[in-house]
Amino acid sequence: MYEKNGEKFFIVDAHVHLWDARPQNQSNIHGKQFIDCFFDYHSNLSPESEKWDYETYLYYGGKRLMKDLFEDGYVDHAIFQTTLLRDFYETNFSQFRETQDLVEANPGKLTHNYAYDPRDGEDGITEMRKAHAKYGFTGVKLYTAEWHGESRGYKLDDMWSRKYLDVAQELGVKNIHVHKGPTIRPLDRDAFDVADVDKVATDYLDLNFVVEHIGLPRLEDFCWIATQEPNVYAGMAVAMPFIHTRPRYFAQMMGELLYWLDEDRIIFSSDYALWTPKWLIEQFVDFQIPEDMTEYAPITLDQKRKVLGLNAVNLYPHIQVPEELKIKTPVGANA
Amino acid sequence: MTTLDERPTSRRSSPDAPSLEAAIMAALDTVIDPELDEPITDLYFVRSVAVDDQGVEVHLRLPTAFCSPNFAYLMASDALDALEMIDDIGIVRVMLDDHHDSDKINAGLAAHAGYRGTFGHEAQDSLDELRLTFMRKAHTAAMERSLTSLIKAGGTTNEAVGKVLLRDLPSGQYKTALLRRRVAIGLSACPNSRVLVDDHGHPIPDDEIPVKLRFARSVRISIEGNGHWCRGVLATRYEGDECDGTSGPLITNTREKQ
Repeated sequence: MYEKNGEKFFIVDAHVHLWDARPQNQSNIHGKQFIDCFFDYHSNLSPESEKWDYETYLYYGGKRLMKDLFEDGYVDHAIFQTTLLRDFYETNFSQFRETQDLVEANPGKLTHNYAYDPRDGEDGITEMRKAHAKYGFTGVKLYTAEWHGESRGYKLDDMWSRKYLDVAQELGVKNIHVHKGPTIRPLDRDAFDVADVDKVATDYLDLNFVVEHIGLPRLEDFCWIATQEPNVYAGMAVAMPFIHTRPRYFAQMMGELLYWLDEDRIIFSSDYALWTPKWLIEQFVDFQIPEDMTEYAPITLDQKRKVLGLNAVNLYPHIQVPEELKIKTPVGANA
Repeated sequence: MTTLDERPTSRRSSPDAPSLEAAIMAALDTVIDPELDEPITDLYFVRSVAVDDQGVEVHLRLPTAFCSPNFAYLMASDALDALEMIDDIGIVRVMLDDHHDSDKINAGLAAHAGYRGTFGHEAQDSLDELRLTFMRKAHTAAMERSLTSLIKAGGTTNEAVGKVLLRDLPSGQYKTALLRRRVAIGLSACPNSRVLVDDHGHPIPDDEIPVKLRFARSVRISIEGNGHWCRGVLATRYEGDECDGTSGPLITNTREKQ
């Protein structure tokens, strides 16, 4: 919970990781390139005081994670978005066992989302069923840009991807988090194309599609889809830290999201350990649309409450919110 | 593959011609990052230019190892095409550094293998359609900049914006940029043409004008935002490099006969 000037905010960090990118876990040069790219993002967009050294960044462990999120970072609940990258890292990028142990040791605080790769065919579906029976997840994280063997990515509307979505739906999984990235084949299309989200969002109305990183670098295409598909959400991972380095651009992004989507479909996340949540939350609560940007309405405290936690609770209703931190519905208004 | 009308004009050397180095930089200035709609020289994607008796070797670099290989290839091959237009330049080598597909792209460029020859089974058609998609986005953003600025200056209103003609726009950077992008996607530059048009030059029905202009603004913000992102990450990635991510290329010239 974060409190400022008597105003209280329930915080859900909807996208965090426990990764191991140390050299002994890198399978090849791409494992190094990948974490170096993350480290450049971190270094470029973090305030000076929040920057980590490279060694810490490669691996920080569960104890540090709990401190950064819950002791220092005001977070009430955090959601792990599993990232496999199995062709780049020996035991994957996200550390499954370590994450699951942490979840079990801290009941009520952490949610562990599953990840699958539809290119695994029937075997992967069997695995998902087994994992669901054991862990009962309600969300999955997909990384369409993941390299696997000869393949350098897939689309959500590929035949096998649809089969996996069918099974997810059957199992009662509700939330599909999609990290859109530069999928490669075919190379002559826009690698960041988000059109496949549009297709599956139309066909799977019972599923929620949280587009992580708000479709960046295709913000406009993402907004265009989200305005038409009510089950498409904006995951703020990666977009948040612009609040510090490019506050006017951040204001424009927020303004666009509030216009094309609405205040109920924008989800806060730090993408820890890409960035730490503490300063993002502090700055977001203080944030306001600059006065000269008259094209956008000011952001209200209740809108901030929704973005910082309550919207994620709607997607993950197992997260318990204390009564005093919910938005008070005015007397006489329809709930 | 660069279409003919996008090729830079040839620079013939004459007694008052600029130096070879200036010609090289001018050629590189014509190479545009299709996604950011800015020259690769302004984005500091050119790391080094080395001229010797044999020719010239240019090294390019991008903000991340995972920047899209299709855009990386487009920029590198456009640079090669632009440089080879310079008279007496000799052998041109363009190399892309520190990218996950560096080896593949560099081998393809050295062999003049073309896009499909470079990427083989990963490529289906050509990059022309991809390039057109981004030229259209660039046009949409330029259109929004011109119209929003005209509205702010009191030259039109949100209601009348669909009727604004090219002749109504004040001269200046925005208008020049808009005209250039119109021509690039085959739209008329006639002063009596409407400014607010779709990708094919057709006017927008009245009831769709507000959403069209609103969407054009999102396109503009997105392109500008990507520019912030790429510049920032490039500067971080190459901090401490002899040519850091905030400066132009290292130029060396050991050519004896100028």
